[in-house]
Amino acid sequence: MQAALVSGPLAKRTPKRVLPGFNITLGFTLFYLSVIVLIPLSALFFKTFTLTWDQFVSAVSSPRVVASYQLTFGASFLAALVNAVFGLLLAWVLVRYEFPGKKLIDALVDLPFALPTAVAGISLTALLASNGWIGSLLEPYGISLAFNRNGVVIALIFIGLPFVVRTVQPVLEDAEKELEEAAACLGASRWQTFLHVIFPTIAPALLTGFAMAFARAIGEYGSVIFIAGNMPMVSEITPLIIIGKLEQYDYAGATAVAVVMLGFSFVMLLVINALQSWQRKRAGASS
Amino acid sequence: MSNTRTVRRAKSGTTEPAWVKWSLIGVALAFVFLFLLLPLAAVFTEALRKGIPAFLEAFQEPDAWSAIRLTLVTAAIAVPLNLVFGVAAAWAIAKYEFRGKAFLTTLVDLPFSVSPVVAGLIYVLMFGAHGWFGPWLQAHDVKIIFAVPGIVLATIFVTFPFIARELIPLMQAQGTEEEQAAQVLGASGWQTFWHVTLPNIKWGLIYGVILCNARAMGEFGAVSVVSGHIRGQTNTMPLHVEILYNEYQSVAAFAVASLLALLALVTLVIKSFVEWQFERLEKAAAALPPEPAPLPAPV
Repeated sequence: MQAALVSGPLAKRTPKRVLPGFNITLGFTLFYLSVIVLIPLSALFFKTFTLTWDQFVSAVSSPRVVASYQLTFGASFLAALVNAVFGLLLAWVLVRYEFPGKKLIDALVDLPFALPTAVAGISLTALLASNGWIGSLLEPYGISLAFNRNGVVIALIFIGLPFVVRTVQPVLEDAEKELEEAAACLGASRWQTFLHVIFPTIAPALLTGFAMAFARAIGEYGSVIFIAGNMPMVSEITPLIIIGKLEQYDYAGATAVAVVMLGFSFVMLLVINALQSWQRKRAGASS
Repeated sequence: MSNTRTVRRAKSGTTEPAWVKWSLIGVALAFVFLFLLLPLAAVFTEALRKGIPAFLEAFQEPDAWSAIRLTLVTAAIAVPLNLVFGVAAAWAIAKYEFRGKAFLTTLVDLPFSVSPVVAGLIYVLMFGAHGWFGPWLQAHDVKIIFAVPGIVLATIFVTFPFIARELIPLMQAQGTEEEQAAQVLGASGWQTFWHVTLPNIKWGLIYGVILCNARAMGEFGAVSVVSGHIRGQTNTMPLHVEILYNEYQSVAAFAVASLLALLALVTLVIKSFVEWQFERLEKAAAALPPEPAPLPAPV
């Protein structure tokens, strides 16, 4: 991977550059990237190779692990979906309307990025437990949002909330009002204009935000473990499986599950990159 | 610009009816209230549930202080290292063209998509007792896993892209003309950086640093894997919160958590201030007469 970056035409072209510092900055970048990210990540793959194929398969497909995939992917998908809907709504309201406290709400949207996940976890748990502000209101109706799968989804909604808002917001700000005016002149209702003019413009950004929230939710640990109850087969997320295996000194098993998660991260990274370049093309085409 | 727009919009009927507008705002505000404001308020209410003396008692414990100290030390190492990396990476990626640039940019972003737990695990596999360097480290009596260096490494990993990804698009947008001018006028590389580039990227830099710092101080998953949870030694503030919470010391847990929530609020305030500065600069730039056609790009 690195060889492709360092060797070849790079070395030949450098002397012609006007600004100094190319070799040293790129060299340091590659060094730091290798030491902190690439070499440690490769340790994961090398460790996996010490397993036989059968060992690997049985480690990543035992019933308890499969149940955790179902929960992690299902809850993450659901949370990302909720975030797509409400994120779009929030972005729309923040860009198109004026109302008191708008600046404050806009700043507050980033809270899940700034608040440590453990703090979010215990605070959501305190709210939703049967003696909490919200939990005590819902308990008489037999609704329980903490220490089960519902809690997992709620924690994941919290941590993924800013992604959709922050990807859709700038696109909505740049969207050309003239197109909407044209649609209105041609007799489109406001809803038709939204569906056929505005929505296609923001769709790539919305999908990007959805994918980012989804990817983040898959790997999330800190906020979920407090509220999930962590019952095996029921409300145990995949990152917790890794921790559990580590605590039993099952390094190979932990690594195998981690490789599956990492593989998924790579796929999501590629998907998000593709979505972003689609979005850029869209923006380039319209301007 | 916005004035003329509003006038035109009013005539052309490209707005929603008032009832639609206010119900959308209402639903959005309800969502923000439930998912953002309530959790934030709950942290402080729970911390002060038994009054201020009980709140302060949480900070009488030496373990709490050692957790605070360790969190500060970790951030004080991780953030400057990632700052140097961020500036170097942004300089290389934004100011030059080379093959594999897009791939390198993707790799810089990679730690964001890796689960924190996996991030912790990779360092255990490298430096743990059964890891690559485990036997060598043991022979030389160096502890990385279940010790402070492991915590610092895991924190560096999870906060790795923050500053670089703020600076790369910013420096790309600014181009290289000003730096070239400085070079032509005889400035050295360092002089060019300090007097030309740095003032231009100042706000982006601060933006990246505060976000990086917030994550470095608040990281839980990755640090929890490598820490070993040794009280008074390898507990950061978020880990201390977890221990207190699991011991049913709710007030103490929320007291320490409220410090982290305050940190988050301060981060948001600085972030909003920096964004406001950005907007101001953009407006000032928009008010200037149009620039002459840019010079052809170097390389």
